[in-house]
Amino acid sequence: MSDVGEKSSVDKPGAAPGGPLAGEEPVRTGPTTGVRTPSGLRLDLRLTILTGVLVALCVTGYVLQPDSFLSESNVSTMLRLAAAIGVVSVGMTFVIISGGIDLSVGSMVALSSVWMTTLATQSYGPWVMVLCALVVGLGAGLINGVLIAYGRLVPFIATLAMYASARGLAERLSDGRTQVVEQQGYLDFFRGDLFGIPTLIWMLAVVYVVGWVLLNRTTFGRRTFAIGGNEEAARLAGINVKRHTAMVYGIAGLCCGIAALMVVARTTSGSSTNGMYYELDAIAAVVIGGTLLSGGRGTLIGTLIGGLIFTVVNSIFTQNNLESDIQNIAKGVIIVVAVLLQYGTARNRKT
Amino acid sequence: MTDPSLARRRFLFGASAIGASALVVGCTSNEPAGGSENNAQQVAAGGDNAEPGKEVTIGFSAPAADHGWMAAMTSNAQAQADAFEDVTLNATEGTNDVSQQIAQVETLINSGPDVLVILPFDGKALTSAGQKAMDAGIPVINVDRIFNSPLAYRTWIGGDNYRMGVNAGNYIAEQMKAKNIANPIIGEVAGIDALPLTQERSQGFKDALARNGFQVGPRVSAEFTVESGEEQTANLLQGAAKLDALWNHDDDQGIGVMAAIDAAGRDEFIMVGGAGSRDMMDRIKADNTVIKATVLYSPSMASSAIALARLLGQAKGLGDLAEHEIPASITTYSAVVTKENVDSYMDIGFAS
Repeated sequence: MSDVGEKSSVDKPGAAPGGPLAGEEPVRTGPTTGVRTPSGLRLDLRLTILTGVLVALCVTGYVLQPDSFLSESNVSTMLRLAAAIGVVSVGMTFVIISGGIDLSVGSMVALSSVWMTTLATQSYGPWVMVLCALVVGLGAGLINGVLIAYGRLVPFIATLAMYASARGLAERLSDGRTQVVEQQGYLDFFRGDLFGIPTLIWMLAVVYVVGWVLLNRTTFGRRTFAIGGNEEAARLAGINVKRHTAMVYGIAGLCCGIAALMVVARTTSGSSTNGMYYELDAIAAVVIGGTLLSGGRGTLIGTLIGGLIFTVVNSIFTQNNLESDIQNIAKGVIIVVAVLLQYGTARNRKT
Repeated sequence: MTDPSLARRRFLFGASAIGASALVVGCTSNEPAGGSENNAQQVAAGGDNAEPGKEVTIGFSAPAADHGWMAAMTSNAQAQADAFEDVTLNATEGTNDVSQQIAQVETLINSGPDVLVILPFDGKALTSAGQKAMDAGIPVINVDRIFNSPLAYRTWIGGDNYRMGVNAGNYIAEQMKAKNIANPIIGEVAGIDALPLTQERSQGFKDALARNGFQVGPRVSAEFTVESGEEQTANLLQGAAKLDALWNHDDDQGIGVMAAIDAAGRDEFIMVGGAGSRDMMDRIKADNTVIKATVLYSPSMASSAIALARLLGQAKGLGDLAEHEIPASITTYSAVVTKENVDSYMDIGFAS
């Protein structure tokens, strides 16, 4: 068993055991804290480069707008805007590490946001709205998971079907209208602050911490890596691959439900147009973060930084009043540069 | 040994899952407690034209009602047809698929209506379909998104995007002058920049401000959705420490724009909306937020299109004009709705 782990750690000597990459040794049975290489304390080079890109962007933003860019309100605004996509990206990271893909995240956000803001749901009060969003997201995600795991549909197709139908159902429920939240209690809590920091930022932090622990410190996480690395080997090792796959898509759906809470708080309304293009933004954040699209390897911290890079770019462009078309070109360039930089370092280390 | 507790756990888990699902499934209704409010605009028919005349069958095709404005276009058309006892409306299911809409129009042609009312998803793409109907001797009323060729329609009725921008610009300029602000910072939250309608609105806004010696300051483009409106405005407000005025092109995205302004706690500027939703009109009337006006691009034009179709079918002209025939082109006016006149426009405010 351990030679599987050995092989991948030759590939990536920088990975700190117990760090974000610890789970990448698939099907390791021994205690995770057992192995400690001499280089174990070094930071992962990929993440260092990625952080460097983020810092460079922040410096650029600061140089261009020294008064406002790093002000408390702008940093808090950027994090609030990054929150919903960030949470969706957590679910997407799980799915991609397990070797799948989820194209339906944006539609599931739309459906949850509409379902939780119908007049009927709102009449039960804020907490039922919250429960509703979570149950709808989880339910839609589990449908994806069951279709993929037990129905043997390819993830691309199953989630493409959900992509179309979830948004369709959202339009049907809302009648194409924007449903304004009348429950002041909901808005007060989710648009407000906790200990001086916006609730949405707390939620983002909690989801990342819980996601990180789940991915790197539990059997569930190790199994996710194992299935993404080699599904057949995982099955032979006694993992219930089907049930696990279904649960991974359930997690992605649940994350969409949480993101819907955030979007509804931000916009004070539910609409079938919410969550537009989230699937692309989330996949971009995950890939920039260094997760392999083919599965088996990935980090949540990378995903977080990947997502933040886009938010910072967006903020820099808007604050300097640049056209949106230039912004889109820049986004494309950043994706390519960030991924190329990481490939470059990976190649260097092999030689 | 662990069996009973495991079974109980499973039972509790299953029961709570079923309970939660049942609760959630019961939450899909959108019926307000006091019965639904029908806000569909109807043409006030006057003079002889109101008298029931020859039975007219109108075929109607429009894009999918996927946002407030478009939903209002469809429901206005339906409500207007219901209001005439001599009109039968034959409406197809809304679609954003151009080839499907062409197929729908062809089906309508085959069913032999007296008049066709077509709001195309894409005016250029539907031109041939309109042409085909005209060739078959069925007059076509083209609503808003105009066909490529005047041969494809009998009458066009639609909004005026350029003048919408002009009126927003003029209103803001007037307010700035009234407040004696010499060099105002005027922001703009546009719609999708790639669309000609957004470019026309922005051009009109820019031209009107320039005539008054002002210019457009910080500008962002959203996507007509509440979420993009919120995101773009949040960034715009961070970049502009002080604003004097802000024009938002579209009231559908305006809910998000207002949410961002509220979150930033800003109130030093005046805001003008666009299109004329009921929600924005309510806020203008309440006069306790930054929004002070909205320039119309009203879906009431769909009601007018049905009324025109009926008159065409009955071979009547417009009552107050000397013309014997319905005009070939009608452009609706983008009036500025403010606190002073909002009451007279409430009836055409659409649910965004």
